[in-house]
Amino acid sequence: MLSRKATFNSHGQDSEYFLGWEEYEKNAYHEVDNPSGIIQMGLAENQLSFDLLESWLAQNPDAAGFKRDGESIFRELALFQDYHGLPAFKKALVEFMSEIRGNKVSFDQNKLVLTAGATSANETLMFCLANSGEAFLLPTPYYPGFDRDLKWRTGVEIVPIQCSSSNGFQITESALEEAYQQAQKRNLKVKGVLITNPSNPLGTTTSRDELNLLVNFITAKGIHLISDEIYSGTVFDSPGFVSIMEVLMDRNYMNTEVWKRVHIVYSLSKDLGLPGFRVGAIYSNDVAVVSAATKMSSFGLVSSQTQYLLSVMLSDKKFTKNYVSENQKRLKQRHQMLISGLQNAGIDCLKSNAGLFCWVDMRHLLSSNTFEAEMELWKKILYDVRLNISPGSSCHCTEPGWFRVCFANMSEDTLNLALQRIKAFVDSLSTTNNNQSRHQSNKNQRRKSFTKWVFRLSFRDREASER
Amino acid sequence: MAIETDQQPPVGLSRVAVSETHGEDSPYFAGWKAYDENPYDESKNPSGVIQMGLAENQVSFDLLEEFLKQHSEASIWGNKISGFRENALFQDYHGLQSFRKAMASFMEQIRGGRAKFDPDRVVLTAGATAANELLTFILADPGDALLVPTPYYPGFDRDLRWRTGVKIVPIHCDSSNNFQVTPQALEAAYNNAEAMNIKVRGVLITNPSNPLGTTIQRSVLEEILDFVTRKNIHLVSDEIYSGSVFSSSEFVSIAEVLEARNNKGSERVHIVYSLSKDLGLPGFRVGTIYSYNDKVVTTARRMSSFTLISSQTQHLLASMLSDKEFTQNYIETNRERLRKRYGMIIQGLRVAGIECLQGNAGLFCWMNLSPLLETPTREGELALWNSILHEVKLNISPGSSCHCSEPGWFRVCFANMSEQTLEVALDRIHQFMKRRCDKEKLGHV
Repeated sequence: MLSRKATFNSHGQDSEYFLGWEEYEKNAYHEVDNPSGIIQMGLAENQLSFDLLESWLAQNPDAAGFKRDGESIFRELALFQDYHGLPAFKKALVEFMSEIRGNKVSFDQNKLVLTAGATSANETLMFCLANSGEAFLLPTPYYPGFDRDLKWRTGVEIVPIQCSSSNGFQITESALEEAYQQAQKRNLKVKGVLITNPSNPLGTTTSRDELNLLVNFITAKGIHLISDEIYSGTVFDSPGFVSIMEVLMDRNYMNTEVWKRVHIVYSLSKDLGLPGFRVGAIYSNDVAVVSAATKMSSFGLVSSQTQYLLSVMLSDKKFTKNYVSENQKRLKQRHQMLISGLQNAGIDCLKSNAGLFCWVDMRHLLSSNTFEAEMELWKKILYDVRLNISPGSSCHCTEPGWFRVCFANMSEDTLNLALQRIKAFVDSLSTTNNNQSRHQSNKNQRRKSFTKWVFRLSFRDREASER
Repeated sequence: MAIETDQQPPVGLSRVAVSETHGEDSPYFAGWKAYDENPYDESKNPSGVIQMGLAENQVSFDLLEEFLKQHSEASIWGNKISGFRENALFQDYHGLQSFRKAMASFMEQIRGGRAKFDPDRVVLTAGATAANELLTFILADPGDALLVPTPYYPGFDRDLRWRTGVKIVPIHCDSSNNFQVTPQALEAAYNNAEAMNIKVRGVLITNPSNPLGTTIQRSVLEEILDFVTRKNIHLVSDEIYSGSVFSSSEFVSIAEVLEARNNKGSERVHIVYSLSKDLGLPGFRVGTIYSYNDKVVTTARRMSSFTLISSQTQHLLASMLSDKEFTQNYIETNRERLRKRYGMIIQGLRVAGIECLQGNAGLFCWMNLSPLLETPTREGELALWNSILHEVKLNISPGSSCHCSEPGWFRVCFANMSEQTLEVALDRIHQFMKRRCDKEKLGHV
């Protein structure tokens, strides 16, 4: 009775990954009401800088109150449904994007298309750049939502560019070629590459070398490149953020054919912590893409009420400058907290400099180097440790044992508690190992001693914090 | 450094991107251009083009503004620290529960309590534009068709077809019976589709109708429901003008017809609603799908991820629509003002010698200018439309852009301007008609 799109499962919401969400909903941690509940560490939200937004709002009540210079503009906003977007908002948004890139790149507001979130922006670009049955190449691991956003209603396929821990999951020329060949084998016409920079789930910025590689690749193949830069404002450490636009400019690619095949996606959901407001954007140097995407945005316009509020906020340059730097500072601090806490438990992370999460290496905790073992571990962490984290398999990672752990969607106390739980869990594993392993190999003996040492260290730390 | 290419031509854009199915090259949009280039302004440009092609409701803003003045917490989150934070983070595609409840109850109030709506069946989308496209994705596969009675809203050509690949097969209606849908027309459209080897997945009606400005009679709704049941297809009822019916007793929603049948066979019925017309808030992007089909509700909800309503806006409207006293007063006052405006334009046109279809709803009237056509053809209609645009300086919508099978009908909006502007427009029409009459008398036609 319903369409094929409605009947088949390509929205991906029946996967085990969503089990974590369900369990969390049933037994959510609450400091007072449910201190033994599940702590949500699978949600890439930025909750660290709301106070800055709240104080700005308190000082600028007109922005949310439909007033401009003290006069009501309610009527004007209520009627404004032009898919070209509120000019004042687009101006403020492109300037904000420029500021995030250290003003090394400037953007033309007429090449910006507003959409109801990056979710809508990514899907719209697929509709514009690829026909049903064609493919885009994506480096793994990637954001699980792409399986729905890029494929569901568009009929576009994703072919993975396999990245591995051997080089910190960076994109290589051979991986790109391999992916392209794979697509050919599957009879899929490749229309482009989509990268997320900074990466979700890795939390790393894409290096200049990788970006150059990508430019070479899309030039040679004559295909598009989409750079989803929704985490660009969350870069808190060196080597700093390099936008694809910067690389193109450095190579003097302006106004070339390749220049027109590079498109950027942005959103305020991560940098400003406003996922509920549904503010996304597509930036393209191809007027045909801008034109088609603008018309398509009719299906997902940004509320004029929200456009106005944010146009005032983002036009306040004093505010944005302070926000961006303060937000980065806080993210850096939280990031440090998470990685030290994990190190304490003998767990390493991929070295990262951005994002709202860490890419955590729990391979040594797997009972076997398989995805079944990863699922087993994930479930243990969900049900026993009571933490909802994201298993690498849900991000299409080719190596089992990696997990994405978010650090910016909770209070410091909650993060501390989560770290304590992890510590206790790892310790319990080593205790179990000790009891079971009378005749272990040298390798395991070394691991045990390391764990004991870590246990002693953290015990001291715990005492310190309880003081 | 030379880059080695693989000797392939660069990929372009998708077929969807380059197609014309967005429909924006039609004459309907040319009128917009003319208006944009020379817009009427009472003081600054009194001889400019008056926009009568835009179905907006501007007659009741004062009521909304008054509410906002009295309830600032709706727009600035009040003094609760958690208010803003919680709202800014809320991106659950189920939508704000308080807002869904308020929407369901508002829809009930509009129907005079004659139908009940379950808030858990309300799916939120960024406008009815998104709702209609979304439903089409869910109910039909590319290449399939929806049957739509003519004349219909020009935007459907884009909304239902562009990205979905679904076709529209028209159900032809004509003035012989006031453009009502008949069982014969339904069958004819269905057979037409079959003959073209196209699979029909559903019927989409707009009730009250755009562009006719009339409500669909109960008996016709029954016939349509019987038809879709016989053919085992879906029925989408776009009821976005339901709050703009001039007299409360005259609107019958498909929901009422279903309830009278004890909701038997209701899983094939889906209702689209929006606040763009009734509340005059097109900029806020507030649409909903109400489905009696669980699978459709679940799927639509998931798909709404691509088109969620800003939580800031949900919060504002939850506050407004939960205020039953406000909504009751708004519905009644708005209705009354629209009725008055309608009366004004009908009278003004009649005095100028122009008749309209007898309407009872909407923000426009369906005007009959067929006696004025040089030739009873689409070309004749467009020529007339052009003179009205350039001589009379009024942008109205030609029936052909609404796929009307009879030339000479025009949709004229009356609620998107002040009363004074409407007077000016009516006066211009009067003068135009007088000039034509005089020309005829002098044999200069």
